[in-house]
Amino acid sequence: MAAPMLWWCCPGRRFAFARVGCGSWHRRGPPTGSTSTGKRGQSSVAQQPHITAQKPRKGDREWAAVVGLEIHAQIASNSKLFSGSQVHFAAPPNSLVSFFDASLPGTLPVLNRRCVEAAVMTGLALDCHINRKSLFDRKHYFYADLPAGYQITQQRLPIAVNGSLAYSVSVGRKPSQMVTRTVRVKQIQLEQDSGKSLHDDLRSQTLIDLNRAGIGLLEVVLEPDMSCGEEAATAVRELQLILQALGTSQANMAEGQLRVDANISVHRPGEPLGVRTEVKNLNSARFLAKAIDYEIQRQINELENGGEILNETRSFDYKLGCTVPMRDKEGKQDYRFMPEPNLPPLLLYDSGSLPSGADPQQVINIDRLRERLPELPRVTRERLVRQYGMLPEHSCALLNEVGLLEFFQNVIKETRAEPKKVTSWVLNTFLGFLKQQNLAVSESPVTPSALAELLDLLDRKAISSSAAKQVFEELWRNEGKTPAQIVAEKKLELLQDPEALEQLCRSTLEAHPHVVMDLKRGNPRAINKLIGLVRKATLGRADPTAIKEVLERQLSS
Amino acid sequence: TLGRTGRRFFQVSVALKQGQVTPTELCQRCLSLIKKTKFLNAYITVSEEVALKQAEEAEKRYKKGHSLGDLDGIPIAVKDNFSTSGIETTCASNMLKGYVPPYNATVVQKLLDQGALLMGKTNLDEFAMGSGSTDGIFGPVKNPWSYSKQYREKRKQNSHSENEDSNWLITGGSSGGSAAAVSAFTCFAALGSDTGGSTRNPAAHCGVVGLKPSYGLVSRHGLIPLVNSMDVPGILTRCVDDAATVLGILAGHDSKDSTTIQDPVRPFTLPSLTDVSKLCIGIPKEYLTPELSSEVHSLWSKAANLFESEGAKVIEVSLPHTSYSIVCYHVLCTSEVASNMARFDGLEYGHRCDSNVSTEAMYAATRREGFNDVVRGRILSGNFFLLKENYENYFVKAQKVRRLIANDFVNVFNSGVDVLLTPTTLSEAVPYTEFIKEDNRTRSAQDDIFTQAVNMAGLPAVSVPMALSTQGLPIGLQFIGRAFCDQQLLTVAKWFEKQVQFPVIQLQELMDDCSSVFENEKLASVSLK
Repeated sequence: MAAPMLWWCCPGRRFAFARVGCGSWHRRGPPTGSTSTGKRGQSSVAQQPHITAQKPRKGDREWAAVVGLEIHAQIASNSKLFSGSQVHFAAPPNSLVSFFDASLPGTLPVLNRRCVEAAVMTGLALDCHINRKSLFDRKHYFYADLPAGYQITQQRLPIAVNGSLAYSVSVGRKPSQMVTRTVRVKQIQLEQDSGKSLHDDLRSQTLIDLNRAGIGLLEVVLEPDMSCGEEAATAVRELQLILQALGTSQANMAEGQLRVDANISVHRPGEPLGVRTEVKNLNSARFLAKAIDYEIQRQINELENGGEILNETRSFDYKLGCTVPMRDKEGKQDYRFMPEPNLPPLLLYDSGSLPSGADPQQVINIDRLRERLPELPRVTRERLVRQYGMLPEHSCALLNEVGLLEFFQNVIKETRAEPKKVTSWVLNTFLGFLKQQNLAVSESPVTPSALAELLDLLDRKAISSSAAKQVFEELWRNEGKTPAQIVAEKKLELLQDPEALEQLCRSTLEAHPHVVMDLKRGNPRAINKLIGLVRKATLGRADPTAIKEVLERQLSS
Repeated sequence: TLGRTGRRFFQVSVALKQGQVTPTELCQRCLSLIKKTKFLNAYITVSEEVALKQAEEAEKRYKKGHSLGDLDGIPIAVKDNFSTSGIETTCASNMLKGYVPPYNATVVQKLLDQGALLMGKTNLDEFAMGSGSTDGIFGPVKNPWSYSKQYREKRKQNSHSENEDSNWLITGGSSGGSAAAVSAFTCFAALGSDTGGSTRNPAAHCGVVGLKPSYGLVSRHGLIPLVNSMDVPGILTRCVDDAATVLGILAGHDSKDSTTIQDPVRPFTLPSLTDVSKLCIGIPKEYLTPELSSEVHSLWSKAANLFESEGAKVIEVSLPHTSYSIVCYHVLCTSEVASNMARFDGLEYGHRCDSNVSTEAMYAATRREGFNDVVRGRILSGNFFLLKENYENYFVKAQKVRRLIANDFVNVFNSGVDVLLTPTTLSEAVPYTEFIKEDNRTRSAQDDIFTQAVNMAGLPAVSVPMALSTQGLPIGLQFIGRAFCDQQLLTVAKWFEKQVQFPVIQLQELMDDCSSVFENEKLASVSLK
């Protein structure tokens, strides 16, 4: 490696929010406030936040990195953007292809209302201006999985513009030191997905699957307001949560429902932005962060060694952990944009502008959709902190796992246990078990009711914490027993009879005179030994504090 | 002999209902005529089996007294750029040779739903790019009037003694196959397409009615596009009433075509206009071009005088941006062509070359082999106009000019004009040998001059045959109406048609060869002179 890896953004995070500026780098400059009007295809000239070396090496000058993202989210809809074909992941190849999707001559696009609603809702959730009129364009290029030879997109006048996306990163060593950053949303456009090409190198042939061709995509363009991989990954994660909360996209990166292209450049602070590269098709949050950080460092190394950065498209080789130039594509591609003549302008209305007597099936009312917006992740987190007094990082963690918040809320509903207790059990014990076995919340063998019952037992001191852990392990085995049954079978309930405890303590003291002697000589640890002995005698069913109380009373009497 | 009305659907329909003729007989007679006129090259595919089967179905319905309407059992033809389920649809191109669509164009489906008999798919210029019906892979279409008694007699008088066969006339185009098919009685109505005049031009040259409906009135779903923003399914018939009947069936919203009107369309019934005194007919002065033949010019004047003498107000109007229309059309048309043709890459359907060196090489060879020079030339120009560096200077400007052209019409109609009256073509049909002296592009530019601005503005227009030239060839005039006032337009056209009494084509010589056709007197009385 030519230069030390100066970039290192907290690899071992526990919760999915980022700590930024760890290691040798810190952040300078305002997080937002740029006045960029940068068109696509041009470098923005706005002053960007940058990251600088805290301890520059001899002769080093600092570098600032600028990262913008284009995110493609597959719209969760029953049918495709312009055809009636169904949308399913992993269906048999070419089983979900309409005549339009296969570009049979004479077929025409018919806009899917659901996709428009998804775009409007996403736009509203990202504080965008919703254009009352938007247009569709054709973007031309020849590719085997693009049957029509063009993609229908919204290049000139997209459905939503000028929004923002706030995300939280932790800046210090402690996870609770969280700061909110904002990235501007340049636009959201509706467009078609392409098909898939499968290259069979052995037989040197390419197989085409058009199931994906024509599925509705939301392209969300984030302005270059980010400055490292972790920031980008966190912003993407936040967007993912928003899409999932809205139900506008399942946004599962592993299934390709969320794909990210990153535009990356580095420059000396105060100087114009550098030439940017585009790293395409990043399909996991981890690789996204890694690829961006690698690319920033590569560009710095390149420039420091007197090289230059080419305006090129690169891909991330996740095996080698580096970015490599993509061959051929985009040398100097001219997409020959043209208005899509088969789709009239997309008109949206609000309650004020709705034409009287309009068929509700034919028009979309933005105000109606706004009313239907669910609680957004940011608000949910604030509510959790307020309502249950939990730490911000815990609220983040609850939202980061699909279904975990719902699980938590169901437990809360059914138990008398303190919210803090519930939070701790859900985030530590329950989530820990899930992670260990790589299960989703929906696959958990423990139901919210069972956990609630267990926490109730714990809450009324019917069992000890350690016994509760044991019960949980039993529940996880999923043998259809309730916590109470398990407690009864395993005799885990705490000793409730004070007389019995008195008796056990007395006999323990009598059986171990040398420990009592030790204690009386002033060894403070001797009491713990006695407590341990009593606990053992109760088979772990007595509360240590209660034992201690009784022992102390008996010793002093 | 029968008057024009004898050829109306309505009349045939009555004959069918009364059992004077059965759908099968009608179908067989048209099939026989198609065979006899094979040399016209009007049809690319004759769907004999399909048609006979449909006739059988229609016959059953008539026997039960449950006919589906005026079109039930009526033979029709469809231009070979409309998708027809199970029937090859070629666009007269190597690219789509052998392509059998799995679905029907909406307009085709609507006709079939009415019980119409699909006789076959008609010839055209490759992908409808042309104005002669001379540039398809199946060869040129010959104008039936080349073989008419009227034309032949005039030629004898004018002592033309060359080989008659080498002097056959073009039909005009690009819907020349459909125009010839209707003109030669092989069907009662045919679908064409009209992007710059492709229905009206051959209608004028073949002496039939050619209707281009308002853009958005008739679904384009299944019509293989030339220029999506201007394409309209066209209707070719032997009289205005028939065109109105077909339009009534085809018009209306189609959920598969987002550019069709949402409002429900009422069925078309044309009143017989007796009084034209409340009409205002506009004569656009820009249409009086130096290239206009004196004969067409004088017929145009005569038509204007006819309206005036019957009490209509006839005024000269101005459409000032007319002269920019052709060049503007060239930019918009080729740009959309470049885009629309991008799908023909040999992967999903259509022609694919043998080479498999690389995907790119396969695309290149497939497209070179699949398209003719005209199509490739338009793709090349279109891609040039759409380049980032040219887009503003060409495409955007052309769109602005298009708006000006459309506004010209709006202004004229707002000034109180009901219908515009213009020539359809510069002259009557010319011999093929004459026509091919100029290339496709030049010809298209010349021949679309009166028809193509209408497509820019999305207006309805109809060409109605008026009279025969001194050569004995048909000359048609064009009426242009307000957007979505197709019914008013056709009402005026019907009045005009009645006044001019355009003569019926006399194909006796041609028909003598197929005398069997006329053996059945009752058939002849129904639909043939």
